[in-house]
Amino acid sequence: MAIKMHILVCGGTGCTASGSKEIIEELNKELTAHDLNDFAKVVVTGCFGFCERGPIVKIIPDNTFYTRVKPEDAKEIIEEHIIKGRKVQRLLYVAPDTNQSVSDSKHMEFYKKQVRIALRNCGFIDPENIDESIARDGYAALGKCLTEMTPEQVIDEIKKSGLRGRGGAGFPTGLKWEIASKSRVGEQKYVVCNADEGDPGAFMDRSLLEGDPHSILEAMAICGYCIGANHGLIYIRAEYPLAIHRLQVAIEQAEQYGLLGKDILGTGFDFTIELRYGAGAFVCGEETALIHSMEGKRGEPTFKPPFPAQSGYLEKPTNVNNVETYANIPVIINKGADWFNKIGTEKSKGTKVFALAGKINNVGLIEVPMGITLREIIYEIGGGIKGGKKFKAVQTGGPSGGCLTEKHLDTPIDYDSLVAAGSMMGSGGMIVMDEDDCMVAIAKFYLGFTVDESCGKCTPCRVGNKRLLEILTKITEGKGTMQDLEELKNLSNVIKDTALCGLGQTSPNPVLSTINNFWDEYVEHVTEKKCRAGQCKALKKYVIDPDKCKGCTACARACPVSAITGTVKNPHVIDQDKCIKCGTCYEKCKFGAISIK
Amino acid sequence: MCGSKVNISEANYLKIKEICASFNNNPGDLINVLHKTQDHFGYLPVEVQKVVAECLGIPATRVYGVVSFYSFFTMKPKGKYAISVCLGTACYVKGGEKILDALKSELKISEGEVTPDGKFSIDVLRCVGACGLAPVMTINGKTYGRLVPEDVKGILAEYAD
Repeated sequence: MAIKMHILVCGGTGCTASGSKEIIEELNKELTAHDLNDFAKVVVTGCFGFCERGPIVKIIPDNTFYTRVKPEDAKEIIEEHIIKGRKVQRLLYVAPDTNQSVSDSKHMEFYKKQVRIALRNCGFIDPENIDESIARDGYAALGKCLTEMTPEQVIDEIKKSGLRGRGGAGFPTGLKWEIASKSRVGEQKYVVCNADEGDPGAFMDRSLLEGDPHSILEAMAICGYCIGANHGLIYIRAEYPLAIHRLQVAIEQAEQYGLLGKDILGTGFDFTIELRYGAGAFVCGEETALIHSMEGKRGEPTFKPPFPAQSGYLEKPTNVNNVETYANIPVIINKGADWFNKIGTEKSKGTKVFALAGKINNVGLIEVPMGITLREIIYEIGGGIKGGKKFKAVQTGGPSGGCLTEKHLDTPIDYDSLVAAGSMMGSGGMIVMDEDDCMVAIAKFYLGFTVDESCGKCTPCRVGNKRLLEILTKITEGKGTMQDLEELKNLSNVIKDTALCGLGQTSPNPVLSTINNFWDEYVEHVTEKKCRAGQCKALKKYVIDPDKCKGCTACARACPVSAITGTVKNPHVIDQDKCIKCGTCYEKCKFGAISIK
Repeated sequence: MCGSKVNISEANYLKIKEICASFNNNPGDLINVLHKTQDHFGYLPVEVQKVVAECLGIPATRVYGVVSFYSFFTMKPKGKYAISVCLGTACYVKGGEKILDALKSELKISEGEVTPDGKFSIDVLRCVGACGLAPVMTINGKTYGRLVPEDVKGILAEYAD
């Protein structure tokens, strides 16, 4: 009997953390118990994207999409769905607006507006089986390039597609390749894939590598063919063990198939790929720092020029692109630049993958065409704000980016519009915040990150960011002055203008964008010593309502610093000078007499 | 285990030599060598760094410079159960700090410290990429998601041995 049904189970990091391994074991056990191993097969895939509803199990061919599956559901899935052909209703996704269950993911709001180019294979194929990749056009583009196109033609095609670097800055990819191809012709050159995804709250690259590693290998080989390099290196975070494992498996399989190594497809073109591990340094996402780290040195950036295309890894011409950029290459070659450049906006072509997280109903990995609005992302794909709270801001671009607000909700998103709005595309982290988030505290959070991650080489970044953090801390503790706010602005601009690398030059962005968009909140912290979101501990004030207080003494007994006084059956009072705002009294009070002001 | 002082035994010395040799004693592979070495010893005390330097033929200062630069490398041993609390942005806005506070008060140690019995250590990390489960923490690589501070006690109890 031939395999008639496939049971796809998400093996991404998120779903694995919530038990997909156990689900796979149980499904296989049930298949064996019912002697169905010749009829149905369990396939471990990469990320489906809908992490909020994980672990995800999808049944092919009827495209039934089960959500929040538990190991104990395996029996019912096999006995009901696989054997009897009846869907397990209770595991289907229920659309919150209609209250109807939706069985096929393409009818879900979360997927309707998505266009999956980079993520085309994630959630469809077993990433540890090269045959499944090949069945979906894997390595077809490499074959086409090597046998039908000259390197110049390939570069022209990429240029015509309008593809820009997905790592953050958006430099045109075709132009980058052209520069590298013309640099020091005939010498040893290198192709590098930047998989050092250090941006907190972003997991695009990891999901791509876990779900479709062959696309990245294929694109790197195409790049090598174009620029005249026969060796590639992938610089990957050591914190991504699953992605590392899948890359190792993929490289080995591609070598066995003759798709990497010597004389690829009999064309005489050689290309090998090795892995280099990062060790937890955000600055290594910057290409010169990354190259130093690959050489076994401290990951400190250096001045550009010389650009890596002139002198990079081991002082040889080197082309560095981000994972998502590479993931687009094979599709552009297969479907043509004219197909690709019809998607997106005038200056930003194609799609962008975002990691949508924070205070939003549908947390997950999404891929949308450039030019989509934030409103569509947040309210349609994302399903709106969690708990019906009020939207406040969305942060894009991580520690280098900024906050966008209500007034930006209808701006079409592309590289240039985000910069104009005071943020940036960045690698694709998108964190949604609601009314309970304090924007001064958010700026402080990002600065804390930058101060930790600054390599210390240049003074503006090493010292300047520390001073910014001190001022922000002062403000959140209620000790700030209006003069401090001016200092924040001035110092931020100085750091932007004078820091050595991209990390330092963009590090004040979270401060500047929150100042621009939430100036009132900063002023409130300074003049009224008030935090409207109630996040800044020092500015919280616990007050007892004498009308509601029964004088039970529970709060006074619980207070660790004896700040509450009063006698039995009489209203109590909190001494604000002694109070350490721990909130214990608030939790102890059974009569709701204590409020936070 | 106390402090970062270990005496390099003959066996350990040979182990480091073997790791370095597996990378052809190439100084360009220093970071890969250190990953392997830390996997074996659990941390990278100065004595170990000196042997690595000797094998790769580079100054010990360069090895120290790299070890101290990258947050993944540690010169202090971690607890038997190493707890890492994610404070990436997604976890931060969903209350990751409260999880950290709960752990600190439960174990009576700060981040970067180990309990006196060597059982638990607490560290902070930036994003494990399981943002859909925020806030999360990991214990020896096992991920716990959608946490509230009240969960901490029960989870620690799983490690009572």
